[in-house]
Amino acid sequence: MGLLIAMADPSEDYIVEVDQLRFSRGQRQVFNDLTIKIRRHAITAIMGPSGTGKTTLLRLITGQLTADSGSIRVNGRLVNKLSRRDLYAMRRGMGMLFQQSALLTDYDVFDNVAFPLREHTDLPSRLIRHVVLTKLHAVGLRGAARLMPSALSGGMARRVALARAIVMDPKLLIYDEPFAGLDPISMGVVLRLIRNLNDALGITSIIVSHDVKETATVADASHLIADGALVASGSPAQLRVHRSDLVQQFMHGLADGPVPFHYPAPDYQEQLLSRDEV
Amino acid sequence: MNLWIRDVIVETRTSLETFGAVSIFFIQIVARVPRALVTRTQLIVAQVYSTGTVSLMLIMLCGFFVGMVLGLQGHDSLARFSAEDSLGAVAALSLFKELGPVVTALLFAGRAGTAIASEIGLMRATDQLSAMEMMAVDPVERVVLPRFLGGVLSMPLLVAIFNAIGIAGTYMIGVGIMDVDSGVFWSQLHANVDFSDVTEGIFKSLVFGVAASLLAVYQGYTCVPTAEGVGMATTRTVVTTAVSVLVLDYLITSALI
Repeated sequence: MGLLIAMADPSEDYIVEVDQLRFSRGQRQVFNDLTIKIRRHAITAIMGPSGTGKTTLLRLITGQLTADSGSIRVNGRLVNKLSRRDLYAMRRGMGMLFQQSALLTDYDVFDNVAFPLREHTDLPSRLIRHVVLTKLHAVGLRGAARLMPSALSGGMARRVALARAIVMDPKLLIYDEPFAGLDPISMGVVLRLIRNLNDALGITSIIVSHDVKETATVADASHLIADGALVASGSPAQLRVHRSDLVQQFMHGLADGPVPFHYPAPDYQEQLLSRDEV
Repeated sequence: MNLWIRDVIVETRTSLETFGAVSIFFIQIVARVPRALVTRTQLIVAQVYSTGTVSLMLIMLCGFFVGMVLGLQGHDSLARFSAEDSLGAVAALSLFKELGPVVTALLFAGRAGTAIASEIGLMRATDQLSAMEMMAVDPVERVVLPRFLGGVLSMPLLVAIFNAIGIAGTYMIGVGIMDVDSGVFWSQLHANVDFSDVTEGIFKSLVFGVAASLLAVYQGYTCVPTAEGVGMATTRTVVTTAVSVLVLDYLITSALI
């Protein structure tokens, strides 16, 4: 565990620094001394098998959860120590794409994208209209401005959520499982958008995903976490030739390996022959 | 230790924890009220409107039937003492002091309360509240508080409508069918109902409005973010509101009498 391929250059500028993070939920230790650094202006993927706590890590980085110990710094500021006001100020510089898109179901597409602007600015409605249409155009959904969320496909909803995430021009854009449940066309569109937005806006992107192939095509760097700690870091190409069995299993989608196919269970034959309760 | 004693201790502890959590949530809401009254005025007015209209037809219908039953039962009981003429006063006192606030609060919990709890619960289950948090928008101020205040402010209005329709129902039965004199009906009502009886009802309706709205927003906001969790939250809204309203009703009545 903890084998680092690409050693971090200490002179590099990091936007997120997670240091010796420990976090548990009930009896379950989710993170145990997790250390990850995320470079500014790059697309960084955080990958790992389902249930390893990838989404939990995002919630810790954004201050929705509080770590048991260790530190999380965003732009050099300790997230754990921020007051609610400072936390909200920090989040104004962030955009987050939720796995479920999380569009406000009472509002149509236009009003969903306009929501952060109306909440945080006093811009005249004409200017808000201009900004919202610009963002919707960037995700290809200017024509869907008056549709309700219930009328959108999964891919379209994800793109609307993306338009909403970028409407305040954030410096850090966080994607939680952006490819889950998308058809190949929508996936291609979202992949292209992630790359284009990152480069055109000069922002930093963090993608949390277990879709290795798709993430590898867009990420500049990847971190693989499992069992509460960092297993490997490097470019997708480097991870593909990593010596760790776990990394190999994950990157090549092998059914069995260090992450067993079977959940821990008693002996198969014994259990079938016994009369005990399951 | 006996199992039942342990169960009682666990249940008591859970109840006290829930009471504490609801109290803290109430304080969090109240602390945001001054700011929200300025910045969220439109949302609050919209919630008063929607919460009120959601329950209005139900309240009117039930108020009418409660009033008619009061007319029948009241006349039947009063006739035994040859006091049918007091029907208007008895019905008005029953409605203003007890039935109006209590029945309206119970109906409110079943209609508007469950709607509020399930709406907020679904927002929780579909990450809409988390998305607001991430957009640096306080969901307590944006979502919870307007619904809470909407409920608190609309409850006295609904109670007033319930009472008015209830009196009409009693009048229809008492005067229209049971032959109580119309003038006597109104004069008895006027002579025997004090302003303090009306204010007692208004006070109760405000307290019940706070309890019913608080429990609805609390159950929705803290529900387990699953389909089952939202269902449980709506059920708990009705049950906890019904019990709370009846307990509070006893406490207020015993304090005022």
